[in-house]
Amino acid sequence: MAIKISKARKVFLFSNMTILIIISIVMLLPFIHVFAQSFSSANAIDQGRVSFLPVEFTLDNYSFVFQDASIWRSFGVTIFITVVGTIINLIATASLAYPLSRRELKGRKFILLMVLFTMIFSAPLIPTFLVVQSLGLLDTVWALIFPTAISAFNLFVMRSFFVQIPEELIEASRIDGMGELRILFQVVLPLSKPALATLGIFYAVFHWNTYFNALMYIENRKLYPLQIKLREMIVDESFITDPTSNFYTTIMSSSPEGIKMATIIIATVPILLIYPFLQRHFVKGFMLGSLKD
Amino acid sequence: MRKTREAILKHKALYFIALPGILFFIVFKYIPIIGSVIAFQEYNIFKGFWGSPWVGWSQFEKMFQYSDFLRILKNTMLINFYDLIFGFTAPILLALMLNEVRKVLAQRIIQTVVYMPHFLSWVIISGVFIGLLSPSTGLINTLLNAIGVDSVYFLADESYIRSIIVGSGMWRDTGWGTIIYLAALAGINPQLYEAAEIDGANRWQQTWRITLPTLLPTIMMLLLLQIGNFLDFGFERVDVFLNPFNRENGEIFDTYIYKAGLLNNQYSYTTAIGIFKSVVGLILIVGANFVSRRTTGSSLY
Repeated sequence: MAIKISKARKVFLFSNMTILIIISIVMLLPFIHVFAQSFSSANAIDQGRVSFLPVEFTLDNYSFVFQDASIWRSFGVTIFITVVGTIINLIATASLAYPLSRRELKGRKFILLMVLFTMIFSAPLIPTFLVVQSLGLLDTVWALIFPTAISAFNLFVMRSFFVQIPEELIEASRIDGMGELRILFQVVLPLSKPALATLGIFYAVFHWNTYFNALMYIENRKLYPLQIKLREMIVDESFITDPTSNFYTTIMSSSPEGIKMATIIIATVPILLIYPFLQRHFVKGFMLGSLKD
Repeated sequence: MRKTREAILKHKALYFIALPGILFFIVFKYIPIIGSVIAFQEYNIFKGFWGSPWVGWSQFEKMFQYSDFLRILKNTMLINFYDLIFGFTAPILLALMLNEVRKVLAQRIIQTVVYMPHFLSWVIISGVFIGLLSPSTGLINTLLNAIGVDSVYFLADESYIRSIIVGSGMWRDTGWGTIIYLAALAGINPQLYEAAEIDGANRWQQTWRITLPTLLPTIMMLLLLQIGNFLDFGFERVDVFLNPFNRENGEIFDTYIYKAGLLNNQYSYTTAIGIFKSVVGLILIVGANFVSRRTTGSSLY
């Protein structure tokens, strides 16, 4: 049966699509502009001639950024906290979510309420800082890992996934003589790969983008993660204001604006590379994540 | 009593596994909440918690007397208000529009594009926007110049900062915000629409009578959470845009607490502000939840 589409409906569908395409372009344009500027010469940028295509193509902006050793060190710090931090996140989250998903655990309602409360009543900043300080974590990478080891929201997502695992399966493993820890790691977790992938991605992106915690807890320049370094370069323009910077000793056709844009591209590319992989998982993850019991 | 003990002993391994996680919440969430009592002290870094003198409510009195407090409260509430009007509704509209697209491939492509900015850090986003809005080299001013308008230095003018903060947030999260609504829309039984069609309901009526009522519980849940966060807006997304020229209108509680607390060592005073913020947030969320349960039947707990 062919359904006749009315004329008004056609007009609606067409204008709906047009608006959506315009929205998509608005989302993309800033990227394209940044991309174009990062490959353009100082002259072209300063005269405002760059919009969506590189003008007077050059790689000087990139070679300036690549020569800066401190950027690479910051990349290293960020990769470390992303990899180690995410592993710790997943282990810590799973090892609390698993007992909370089992009916045998007395008092799990109370623990869940305690966790929920931290979501709506956040601990003030300074007391949290004092706790991190008194644990001796200041100025170590661990300050960027332990205080954010479990996100309450992710804990609820993982728990609601574990709850769906059939009880018989766990009971059977117990009868086979497996201990709880082995059940968690050899039965429950292998069945929870979609949840682990989704939450792993959320945690990893969180670590990659970490900024405020580093601002609070890290003073040692050698431990600056990428976002702090980026902030210095992009917002504070440290490579111009610092008299020892290469900016004054290298003669190239790079401009402050072009260098900033190249930095943005370099820091964004890793995220964009894993994005297609990300997208496959996070929609699924959201479907799991109902807070309801 | 004995039964409980036996049950606990039988499953002691479960408690053992839960221990590190529970410890995490105690150390990094509950000790700081208890430690908030330093708001009733004149906390001194060298004397520490046990040596600092107790001063009662004077930090709170100081807070309400301080003229900047009202300015920061106003900024925080205005930014949140704009975000509620524009930032909160935009994902609902976009989800409804995306839901009308019948071509699966087109829908996928648009989704891929609009979700993407969510994964960028606020530092990157500020870099992109500062570049776009630059008076000499930015795209916006290039376009303005092309139609004969003089360049505007958007970030050095306090009258634009709130729009920039809310607008950059919308650029980043409008697409992302649609996911939860699209999931709810995907759950609607198509037979409902077919039945409505047979009864002669047009598309608008179907949207009003079927689609929106389906979304209402999700909308209410997110609205309640947003109301509970009315005095928070997030440090990062504001801090990356602030400079001495726009701070007057852009400063919110989170950025002020960092600046006055950590950089100027007013630990007790800014903890008092933090408590004020959290308590107001708790009252708002409980109150809004009560109203919502009475009027729409949906509630958070």
